[in-house]
Amino acid sequence: MTIPADLFFTADHEWVSDPGGPTARVGVTEFAAVALGDVVFLSLPAVGDAVAAGAECGEIESTKSVSPLYAPVSGEVTAVNEAVLNAPELVNQDPFGVGWLFEVSPTAQGDLLDAAAYAPLTAQSD
Amino acid sequence: MSSEARKSPLDQQHNAAEAKFTEFGGWVLPLRFGSELAEHHAVRQAAGLFDLSHMAQLEVAGPGAAQALDYALMGSHSTMPDGRASYSMILAPDGGVIDDLIVYRLAEDRFFIIANAGNRETVVAELTARLEGFDAALADVTEARALIAVQGPRALDIVLAAGLPAAADLGYYRAVESTFKGQPIVLARTGYTGENGFEISIPAAAAADLWSSLLAAGEPLGLVRAGLAARDTLRLEAAMPLYGHELDRDTTPAEGGQGAFMRAKAADYVGRAALQDRKQTKHLVGLVGAGRRAARAGYPVLIDGQVRGRVTSGALSPSLGRPIALAFIDGATPAVGTPVEVDVRGQLAAYEVTGLPFLKRDSR
Repeated sequence: MTIPADLFFTADHEWVSDPGGPTARVGVTEFAAVALGDVVFLSLPAVGDAVAAGAECGEIESTKSVSPLYAPVSGEVTAVNEAVLNAPELVNQDPFGVGWLFEVSPTAQGDLLDAAAYAPLTAQSD
Repeated sequence: MSSEARKSPLDQQHNAAEAKFTEFGGWVLPLRFGSELAEHHAVRQAAGLFDLSHMAQLEVAGPGAAQALDYALMGSHSTMPDGRASYSMILAPDGGVIDDLIVYRLAEDRFFIIANAGNRETVVAELTARLEGFDAALADVTEARALIAVQGPRALDIVLAAGLPAAADLGYYRAVESTFKGQPIVLARTGYTGENGFEISIPAAAAADLWSSLLAAGEPLGLVRAGLAARDTLRLEAAMPLYGHELDRDTTPAEGGQGAFMRAKAADYVGRAALQDRKQTKHLVGLVGAGRRAARAGYPVLIDGQVRGRVTSGALSPSLGRPIALAFIDGATPAVGTPVEVDVRGQLAAYEVTGLPFLKRDSR
């Protein structure tokens, strides 16, 4: 299972790029995508919405379940991935790439893990 | 997963295929092998291979077997010709549904019954008690056998190629005793997907051989292994009830959408008297949504702003691309086309009442 070394992670299996920079991109990890099964619907915050680190900011639905999405960072949403809204299967196909969810202009970080600290959370529960 | 959960005789095969497992009815079973949507589409377009070994397999035999089942279950088993299958239910004395099941008449004095895994102990106990006084005996052969299903438009080609020639002349809802490599099987043209297909009961020790033979014969024709996730979306599109969702002890057969079983029958059966007096208090309806938000089991259904019922099963239909749901509506049945709303976790989603099944097939 892939865990890119340049990303940061939440214990709820979201990833965030560059949480200290001007623009942080957010998605769910490959582990989450595999565990969820085929993603069929996403409810994401809109551009201009404020999200708060650790707070629920959307939903990810697979055929069999609904899971909350938690914001890894606080800040204003600056972009939403329209492609993934139209084709939620991109989350399964490329969770760290074209299956990204939204971007935030971060003002604060939540409890983030680096790749080494996140890896044990994906150990053999699949 | 609880430690006492039972494993299928095909568990090793599923592990080798890297299945994702789930626990269902006290068994550990494949939820999916790869993408459950791909498995669903494969069943609609080619075929899927399912391990249903969790399902209860029961035999009722004896000179009085037919009369005993007439009394114990809904449906007229004594007038069923040999080789026929019939959908039936076992009712509580108050008319509530203990389980829904398929009854196969293998011979004049021998019946084969497939019941739900989660109700196995209850059904065995109830049937055993109801057989008292009849010249018939029940045997629970679940653990000695496996149950494998091939479902989809290519199912017949696949079972023939795998070495089951008895499938060639088998009509819909018919069953025949046959052999696979010398092993005794029950081959039935039944299923739970809304597609043409077969269900095969085989001794557990021979299950792996049949499984791999079906895969080898079927993969060139588009057969894929399929798990419970796909099975659930397939049966929902076909509007087939799932016990614990559309049927339970608090639901009569008619309320569960199976009103055809209410037809008068000469023989008395457990639950019949209560059904004649019991007023129908809810109706099962189909709902189809405008957006993509799935209504799921338990969500409230509103008509004219008033809560009128609740969803029993719901999913984004992979075949239709729209959310579909079954729901119990209290009181009067809303007409097809009636706009309703479903409370999807605090947000109202627009749905409307639709005819059933959601997906109409003409492949039978």
